[in-house]
Amino acid sequence: MTDFDPIELKRIRWRSRRGLLELDLVLERFLANGFEQLTTAELFAYQKCLDLGDNDFLDYVNGKAEVDDPELAHIIGILRAA
Amino acid sequence: MTIPVRRFDAVIVGGGGAGLRAALQLSESGLKTAVLSKVFPTRSHTVAAQGGISASLGNVQEDRWEWHMFDTVKGSDWLGDQDAIEFMCRKAPEAVIELEHFGMPFDRLENGKIYQRPFGGHTQNEGEAPVQRACAAADRTGHAMLHTLYQRNVRANTQFFIEWMALDLIRDEDGDVVGVTALEMETGEVYNFHAKGVLFATGGAGRIYAASTNAFINTGDGLGMSVRAGIPLEDMEFWQFHPTGVAGAGVLITEGVRGEGGILLNANGERFMERYAPNLKDLAPRDFVARSMEQEVLEGRGCGPNKDHVLLKLDHLGPDIIKQRLPGIREIAIKFAGVDPIKEPIPVIPTCHYMMGGIPTNYRGEVVIPKGDNPEARVNGFYAAGECACASVHGANRLGTNSLLDLVVFGKSAGDSMVEFIKNEMPTWKPLPANAGQISLDRIARLDNQTGGEEVADVRAAMQRTVQARAAVFRNSENLALGVKEIQEVAERVKRTQIKDKSKVFNTARVEALELENLIEVAVATLISADARKESRGAHAHADFQQRDDEVWMKHTLYYGEDRRLTYKPVHTKPLSVEYIAPKVRTF
Ligand SMILES: Cc1cc2nc3c(=O)[nH]c(=O)nc-3n(C[C@H](O)[C@H](O)[C@H](O)COP(=O)(O)OP(=O)(O)OC[C@H]3O[C@@H](n4cnc5c(N)ncnc54)[C@H](O)[C@@H]3O)c2cc1C
Repeated sequence: MTDFDPIELKRIRWRSRRGLLELDLVLERFLANGFEQLTTAELFAYQKCLDLGDNDFLDYVNGKAEVDDPELAHIIGILRAA
Repeated sequence: MTIPVRRFDAVIVGGGGAGLRAALQLSESGLKTAVLSKVFPTRSHTVAAQGGISASLGNVQEDRWEWHMFDTVKGSDWLGDQDAIEFMCRKAPEAVIELEHFGMPFDRLENGKIYQRPFGGHTQNEGEAPVQRACAAADRTGHAMLHTLYQRNVRANTQFFIEWMALDLIRDEDGDVVGVTALEMETGEVYNFHAKGVLFATGGAGRIYAASTNAFINTGDGLGMSVRAGIPLEDMEFWQFHPTGVAGAGVLITEGVRGEGGILLNANGERFMERYAPNLKDLAPRDFVARSMEQEVLEGRGCGPNKDHVLLKLDHLGPDIIKQRLPGIREIAIKFAGVDPIKEPIPVIPTCHYMMGGIPTNYRGEVVIPKGDNPEARVNGFYAAGECACASVHGANRLGTNSLLDLVVFGKSAGDSMVEFIKNEMPTWKPLPANAGQISLDRIARLDNQTGGEEVADVRAAMQRTVQARAAVFRNSENLALGVKEIQEVAERVKRTQIKDKSKVFNTARVEALELENLIEVAVATLISADARKESRGAHAHADFQQRDDEVWMKHTLYYGEDRRLTYKPVHTKPLSVEYIAPKVRTF
């Protein structure tokens, strides 16, 4: 893992609880499997995803919408595979 | 230990549609108002609502609020309170136009008016023909509502406490509500919020079922807090199910799939709906399809290693139809069921969707409970609105798009009642009782000190399995009686849950343990209430009592947590201004 602030990591875990069940399911899987391996840059990108509105976030994860932001494209790719 | 205190005129617990609408009323009247929410308000579960919000605007076809009222009464299977239903349906057009004025981006007709789409159960002239009554903002109606109301609240100076979890209601020795205890997740500290009025808008509790369309945050906290504070819960036996949720995940597969020719199969590959509904087959009404599916499972014809689901087959439609007419379904099936519907059927199961019962209120949003011979005495200082409240407009079964309406109409009405109460009756705060907040500290201390206990996830899974097996769409006496026994055993296990992480800051494990203590109250209430109701009405379909029995059972259930006892109170049969709508057989 990285030298990311451990409190920030705990906050990220809580913020991965969303208003849409579909996202809860994907993120739950991801937190259990994959999250621990993220690099610092990926963690920053994931944090940015958590600030998205739930519908936009889900559209990205489901591949319904294209991810324009290059910063997010990589992490969304990881979530799509989760 | 002294607990720090924060003081407001009004405290709202919940930042979904109902909480935000109520808060706006209070802040705009100049009262110092706090909104507590476990998550950022626009991430409340209201964001999941796509279908729309109902109002008899008559923009597409002739419509009247009286027709909307009739549909709602009939939809409720005559368990809804007709004064509250009239209030909601009459106010609907005004409530939707108000949202429009607040800037909510509704879909429009060419003439600039709000577009309206059809939705099940909404009709013209008492069932004569379907009517287009649902107003929507593309497929993001709930999202648009949350954003609109949140912005408005920021402007009105509502103070938000985000990532704060309310733990317990504070009542004084007169039984009046004087505040709420809450946990700041960022620090792990507990505070008392001292208030002249408290409103709960904590949403649903669909997570008591193993199969649920609800997000993980829907843990019935408002209901758990109410029960612990001696407030009864109303009509908890009534839960709405959607027939086709992905087995093991809950994600909804829309009715459109069956509309396009998808069919349901049991373990023998039989299209069983032909047996239950020879004419409509797979397109029979939601509750009927759901019950038939569960019957197949109960009789051993379920699919999979646990024989616990049926299959929704659509590969015979061909890849083109699946991709063109059912966009998104393939992605959902691949992602959440692990199957590609072009080649394989999707495992599905009836899935819990909406809670009709809740904290008993009147149409003013005031919490009302029996006292002496008054079945509905006001609890001073306590209000509820939205899915956690039971006004009761949805009775035994909710109509689609009536929930978003409920949020804004009763959110506003409750806000108005609070303003009136605070300004007229509460010149100052009633003192907090000396032990305010102690119960919350004790709950946390119990968790921290528990040894040799049980894992939260295990006990939660046991609860969900029990409620799913005993109180889903298909109910009978034997099964319910077993469920009552089993769920009380699970409740004993909840008292011994244990967490490994005892840290204070953003301790999700602690939050989940505290949430489970709320879920279990809802689960026990559901089973005990369902076991007692010896009839079939709306969503409560009882195999041993298949008829609705208005003579005996046209009454609301009230469940008390302290001794797990039930009482009943009459349904309001007097609307505010129109004639009573007398019971009829519900046919479609
Ligand atoms: C998939 C889906 C689709 C739907 N579609 C429609 C539709 O098209 N039309 C319709 O009318 N209805 C629809 N519904 C139903 C409707 O969305 C909900 O009933 C409604 O949004 C509930 O709103 P609410 O304000 O009561 O609660 P929510 O939006 O669930 O908000 C609850 C709030 O309470 C907070 N909270 C909870 N507990 C605590 C606590 N202990 N401390 C602090 N804060 C707390 C949460 O953080 C949140 O802010 C749908 C439901 C689902 C599941």
